[in-house]
Amino acid sequence: MPVVPLRHYGRWLAAAALLVVLGGLVVSMITNPRFKWDIVFQYLLDDAIISGLLMTIWLTIAAMAIGIVLGTVIALMRISENRVLASVASGYLWVFRGTPLLVQLIFWFNLSALYPQITIGFPFGPSFGNFDANQYITVYVAALLGLGLNEGAYMSEIVRSGLNSVPVGQREAAQALGMSSFRVMWRIILPQAMRVIIPPTGNQLIGMLKTTSLVSVIAMQELLYSAQLIYSANFQTIPLLIVASIWYLVLTTVLSIGQYFLERHFGRSDRRTAIAASEDSADGSAENARVA
Amino acid sequence: MLVSSHPSPPAQHFAVVARGVEKSFGSLRVLKGVDLIVEYGKVACILGPSGSGKSTFLRCMNHLERIDKGLLQVGGQLVGYRQHAGKLYEMKQSEVARQRADIGMVFQSFNLFPHMTVLQNIIEAPVGVKRLDKQQAIDEAMELLAKVGLTAKAASYPRTLSGGQQQRVAIARALAMKPKLMLFDEPTSALDPELVGEVLNVMRELASDGMTMIVVTHELGFAREVGDMVVFMDGGVVVEQGSPSELFTNTKSNRAKAFLSKVL
Ligand SMILES: Nc1ncnc2c1ncn2[C@@H]1O[C@H](COP(=O)(O)OP(=O)(O)OP(=O)(O)O)[C@@H](O)[C@H]1O
Ligand SMILES: [Mg+2]
Repeated sequence: MPVVPLRHYGRWLAAAALLVVLGGLVVSMITNPRFKWDIVFQYLLDDAIISGLLMTIWLTIAAMAIGIVLGTVIALMRISENRVLASVASGYLWVFRGTPLLVQLIFWFNLSALYPQITIGFPFGPSFGNFDANQYITVYVAALLGLGLNEGAYMSEIVRSGLNSVPVGQREAAQALGMSSFRVMWRIILPQAMRVIIPPTGNQLIGMLKTTSLVSVIAMQELLYSAQLIYSANFQTIPLLIVASIWYLVLTTVLSIGQYFLERHFGRSDRRTAIAASEDSADGSAENARVA
Repeated sequence: MLVSSHPSPPAQHFAVVARGVEKSFGSLRVLKGVDLIVEYGKVACILGPSGSGKSTFLRCMNHLERIDKGLLQVGGQLVGYRQHAGKLYEMKQSEVARQRADIGMVFQSFNLFPHMTVLQNIIEAPVGVKRLDKQQAIDEAMELLAKVGLTAKAASYPRTLSGGQQQRVAIARALAMKPKLMLFDEPTSALDPELVGEVLNVMRELASDGMTMIVVTHELGFAREVGDMVVFMDGGVVVEQGSPSELFTNTKSNRAKAFLSKVL
């Protein structure tokens, strides 16, 4: 007997309506002369825009690098048995996740108002040197500090969940073989934690790319600020914002494609671990229980 | 730790000397004064009901758990402490690690490193901890794999092996450090019944090579056949110990009798 599939008239109607709206939008974007596509294309490869773009890429990489290193250190401090280390790490998290990044950035930028002189040394003790904050806390340093320290807080949670995903039995087996704690971490725990750490780190990277636009408020010449500088002179606000958006889209698209392959790779090993884990639980082993 | 009340035995001849070992987790007293002496070259099988502290005692022997009270020596050395001028000093991590390197441990759940091949699992500690030459470590690992009958699996990842094969690799991995003492915590409890035999065979061979072994097990047949001594633990103490024939045929304590009648 022939099968007559259910006809989803409602969905077809909604889809058609959506197409009409989108079509209208596209037509208006092309025909509305105020979009000034000629200016968009004129500035797309402008020197100032390209150098802003390169600064955005560099800031993203540098801030993520700071965030990953710092996040790993904070995560290790948080799981430390030393109360002071653990509390300091928790306090760090509390401050940097509890205040807006924008506020942190402006704060770093104005640090020289708070501490005109920065002295490296012990409190009330000997000092090693004096720095003029105005000279050293440049826009660039403020931007890196702001983005990197904030990212460190978020990365530490990702690293911590990765470390916690490794069964305790792995640590014990490595210790029983006589490995030092550093070696246990470096050779046994971290490589296994990577499976859990890498996919969300990809998300953070894409987020960071867009978040760097915030440093335009402290006059750091990245992509958005470069566009702003141009339109404040020629008043072509919308075309230049479109230029910046096009570049952000290009970069996030590239990163998303990279992330797709990364997640497919790690997703595959996740499926394998899922099978291994179910085998483990089937044999009723308590030793493989995951630490919360 | 309390040492003064116990005269120090001439511990060098003994693989393990435990006197009045106590251990609590919070308010839960798990070991309430365990006494045990195991000679070198002997196989001691520890039996006892669930929760009696068998695993905890075994884990104390390589300092995976810290004892609260009593004396625990492995190979003539205090576990985790240095004795100096009448005081006990807790060892540095590196010293504990060095002690552990001489003690092999096999876990119920194998705990092979899943991101390494079988061969990498075995050579990791000899190369990384003992600084053995890599080629020599590989040669020795292949010998061990031959011994446990898994030469063909050297390049496989643990997840592709059966439970019995994984446990044999875990034994080879522990042996690669050339330990003076091997600890087994229910090595066959996680295995399907048809895979238990292959692991016990490897352990039987190891015992006949003269390896000192302490085996927590529910395999009474293995204890009777391979064990030089059988130790029955219950409620955090050693209730009864002796040769297998003594303990199985002439059980003295009621607790051991009750346990054996349930298991047999
Ligand atoms: N890390 C820990 N923290 C708290 N309690 C623990 C810990 N490890 C063991 N225990 C408790 O100590 C008691 C003895 O545990 P242990 O594992 O030594 O028993 P066992 O004789 O090996 O039992 P089984 O035959 O079930 O393996 C149990 O009540 C257990 O819940
Ligand atoms: Mg146990």
